[in-house]
Amino acid sequence: MTEQIDKALAREYEAGFVSDVESETFAPGLDEDVIRRISAMKGEPEWMLEWRLSAFREWLEMEEPDWALVDYPKVDFQAISYYSAPKSMKDKPKSLDEVDPELLRTYEKLGIPLIEQQMLAGIAVDAVFDSVSVVTTFREKLEEAGVIFCPISEAIHKHPDLVKKYIGSVVPKKDNYYAALNCAVFTDGSFVYIPKGTRCPMELSTYFRINEQNTGQFERTLIIADEGSHVSYLEGCTAPQRDENQLHAAVVELVAMDNAEIKYSTVQNWYPGDENGKGGIYNFVTKRGICHTSAKISWTQVETGSSVTWKYPSCILKGDNSVGEFYSVALTRGRQQADTGTKMIHLGKNTKSTIITKGISAGRSNNSYRGLVRMNPGAHGARNFTQCDSLLIGDQCGAHTFPYVESRNPSAIIEHEATTSKVSDEQMFLCRQRGLDPEKAVSMIVNGFCKEVFKELPMEFAVEAGKLLEISLEGSVG
Amino acid sequence: MSNTKSLLTIQDLHASVEEKKIIKGLNLDVKAGEVHAIMGPNGAGKSTLGYVLSGRDGYSVESGSATLDGKDLLEMETEERARAGLFLAFQYPVEIPGVSNLEFLKASVDAQREARGEDAITSAEFLKEAKAACKQVNLPVSFLKRGVNEGFSGGEKKRNELMQMLLLKPKLCILDETDSGLDIDALQVVAEGVNSQRSADRSFIVVTHYQRLLDYIKPDFVHVLSDGKIVKSGDASLALELEAQGYAWLQKEPAEDELEG
Ligand SMILES: Nc1ncnc2c1ncn2[C@@H]1O[C@H](COP(=O)(O)OP(=O)(O)OP(=O)(O)O)[C@@H](O)[C@H]1O
Ligand SMILES: [Mg+2]
Repeated sequence: MTEQIDKALAREYEAGFVSDVESETFAPGLDEDVIRRISAMKGEPEWMLEWRLSAFREWLEMEEPDWALVDYPKVDFQAISYYSAPKSMKDKPKSLDEVDPELLRTYEKLGIPLIEQQMLAGIAVDAVFDSVSVVTTFREKLEEAGVIFCPISEAIHKHPDLVKKYIGSVVPKKDNYYAALNCAVFTDGSFVYIPKGTRCPMELSTYFRINEQNTGQFERTLIIADEGSHVSYLEGCTAPQRDENQLHAAVVELVAMDNAEIKYSTVQNWYPGDENGKGGIYNFVTKRGICHTSAKISWTQVETGSSVTWKYPSCILKGDNSVGEFYSVALTRGRQQADTGTKMIHLGKNTKSTIITKGISAGRSNNSYRGLVRMNPGAHGARNFTQCDSLLIGDQCGAHTFPYVESRNPSAIIEHEATTSKVSDEQMFLCRQRGLDPEKAVSMIVNGFCKEVFKELPMEFAVEAGKLLEISLEGSVG
Repeated sequence: MSNTKSLLTIQDLHASVEEKKIIKGLNLDVKAGEVHAIMGPNGAGKSTLGYVLSGRDGYSVESGSATLDGKDLLEMETEERARAGLFLAFQYPVEIPGVSNLEFLKASVDAQREARGEDAITSAEFLKEAKAACKQVNLPVSFLKRGVNEGFSGGEKKRNELMQMLLLKPKLCILDETDSGLDIDALQVVAEGVNSQRSADRSFIVVTHYQRLLDYIKPDFVHVLSDGKIVKSGDASLALELEAQGYAWLQKEPAEDELEG
């Protein structure tokens, strides 16, 4: 049975193709000059360059963290190229007609049509290709509602006050090694501003694609939901299948002002490497949001890709009565390694947080949940509920949970539940006895296990995520 | 009945699990439209027979044959046997948390339709059928939304097995103690479920410990399975005899060498 499931898991990576676009790519290497050149390519104002350079100087003094339960050869930061953009993007196409059709085809192949007529109604997309944003759809419609949704490189020019005020305000420059690196060399990502009292009229999403070889992608996203506003945002990621590891080091900052609500969903499907662990993306990501009074931030993530994942989307519950949520599905197979979880920092009174995680490990992979719940002295009446469930497929994989709890307020209540289960022979037999093939059986059982998290995803993406797991599990049985 | 054709034919079947011999030379012939009851002491190998016929992993056939509709069952994968029309109602139904009954049932039905070259059933049509099946086995429709057997009581699980049978419309139904753990009403529900499905081209093997069920489902044959083989066969009256006398009179004297071992 184990052998069958393993076979079923030996999936094809459908997004593994390479697009044939001519790119302008920096030679590998990192120094102040490279940073100046990135900044110049983007035509950035002086303050932005200074900010980058100061982050770079901090980074040089920092050490790569080694506490996560992941094992990979040290990254050679001088061997990476820090900027790559399709040449056709140089003259900044004004409309879709001017965008290189090969780029549009790339996204279409990935199931993200960018031509307005074909687009999913109700979802605006920012498409980031290597180091630049290619297009952002439905912008006019959003502008009518006062919503700003554009590449961050553009926001730096058009909305410098907002960017200056909030960039680095949630994740400080020297927060951690990868975050500092990102501050120095970030290239593109999305910027969102929702004005006071506004409910964003559509789902916003960003689709990240790495194409060029030997480049790193340094995504930077900043979302600001002003008082009483509401937004739902989704990001997706894929990369070609290559033998070398590639680095994706992102920083995402969310600001939820009083009574605002941000729902942030991720479907991460970076190339995971092959069966033996060759190739794949290193996904080292810092995501954090701050909640002011009665605000709510909800992180939902479905992580199926990357060879190494290091990621802890977190909430700082600063305002009284604010709410933080983290729902996660992390699937690892082959030689994938994931160390992921969340931090819920309770500062305000009656703050509430919920953590529900589903780790699925198969093959020879390693899947760890690492979470911190901190109740500060001011967090009177705060509550946390954590539930970590692990599902093991086969007996060569590992599942681990590292729940850290720090309570400095006696009135705070923290609950933690954890379970570990297996896809049992009985379950497989029942499914097959009813006529289902083993692949379908595994994916159905795994989907059932993840149901609590999938129901948190926006509808269209819940279906997508289910399918993704199905693809991920394809061939895992036979 | 003797001129109708055989649906299931088992000849001199020997099978083991974990290197332990359980089925030891079993013969059985079930013709289309017949109902066979199998009784026998605990540990005799009744459930094992069901698992071997449906191809559960870990159960290996050492010799003998089993055919369904003339096709060699033992050559097929578990799911192929199911698609060929073999259905097993489990003695101990297992839970699949988070997968709704409806989703599970529709996937099963669709997998079997696909194997027959038919299109998937529409959701609306299926829902209608599923609701009717719920009603027939006396389960509230809300059970369609619940996880497969998740938190179901013993009796509810058994009704759920029966519901699956109603929707899958198999050729050969093996009911493994579907009557155990049922209240009196449920017993009748199961019996009615079976009786409503009896037809000239559908056969049943009903494994039970109790004559009671056979009052409602009139079997064509009753067999006693003991120590891996059928030691006695008869008509419905055999069940009454067993009820009165137990199994001891049927069990052969242990051979000398078995005692020593
Ligand atoms: N996995 C296994 N490993 C070892 N022995 C097994 C295994 N499965 C079944 N057996 C043994 O095989 C024998 C037959 O079991 P089986 O479940 O078929 O009995 P049964 O006739 O259905 O009994 P009951 O009336 O109690 O349901 C028993 O002695 C049982 O302990
Ligand atoms: Mg039994």
